[in-house]
Amino acid sequence: MDNNLKMFLLVLTMAGITYVIRAIPLTFFRKKINNKYLRSVLYYIPYAVLSAMTFPYIFYSTGNIYTALVGTVVALIASLTKRSLIVVAVLSCLAVLIMGFII
Amino acid sequence: MPIGLGYLSVSFAFGVSASILQVPLLITLLISMTNLTSAGQLAGLEIIANLGTFIEIILTQLIINSRYFLMSLSLSQKVDESFTFSKRLIASAFITDEIFAVAHSKPQKLNTAYYFGLVILPYFGWALGTLLGAIAGNILPTFIVNALGIALYAMFIAIIVPPATKEIGVLFAVLLATGVSCAFYFIPFLQGVSTGIAIIITAILVSLITALIFPIKEEGGNENG
Repeated sequence: MDNNLKMFLLVLTMAGITYVIRAIPLTFFRKKINNKYLRSVLYYIPYAVLSAMTFPYIFYSTGNIYTALVGTVVALIASLTKRSLIVVAVLSCLAVLIMGFII
Repeated sequence: MPIGLGYLSVSFAFGVSASILQVPLLITLLISMTNLTSAGQLAGLEIIANLGTFIEIILTQLIINSRYFLMSLSLSQKVDESFTFSKRLIASAFITDEIFAVAHSKPQKLNTAYYFGLVILPYFGWALGTLLGAIAGNILPTFIVNALGIALYAMFIAIIVPPATKEIGVLFAVLLATGVSCAFYFIPFLQGVSTGIAIIITAILVSLITALIFPIKEEGGNENG
């Protein structure tokens, strides 16, 4: 299959499945999930996913593991001080940029 | 609209990541305009860039976006009679973490005018940010694009760290998921597992275990909201 066509079909598949997940309850359901264990599992999934997507990939996100390490540490510290998403991202990028000039 | 601005910056980072992975600009824009979700899109982006399998992308999105199922379920009890069947079908496409949070925090029932007014700016902010990010990734010098490459991950850290300092269960899930994910990356006999599948296994394993040890407290008054 042509690469662009396959990419296009993968995007459509992704969009379709994401839409179905969002549409089924709002369109057809009238009840809530009451099972406490299942609700707990669903509650923790986003945190597990975001952690698994961030580590270790963040260390390879800048093309240089040392600048990325500094950027990661800055992002962690900025997050601990409860900065907004944008501020954390900008500080992290700046740290990578500055570190890139130093090494 | 604060959600619109926030989306502009997150999707800008997504656009940059897509250009680094050399995904064509139109494909990148199409992803944002048909998915409207950060984590799901980034996981999908890697599979698309590597021309992965359909089953991989289906499973990844099912797991990562499963939270929208709960949000949609919750919204289904919150909408008023102006939400006809066809309007519910359209409204479903715009359920995101932030839009859900705002919609759910309204004490009154939701009507369609309020809901669609709420979602329109974030939707176009998301598309515009993606476009600008993808263009920036293509025209800016390499050292700047490299620095921008960490932006989306930094935002993920900004999402997970604050609740992890408040809730022991979240902290446990974050640390365990980090450990399992690194194991898939670094341990030789696990390295054959593709990124998408590794994320799925990590997410299921970690949330099943965390939910056993740290079950969530039931919400009180919001239960019917």
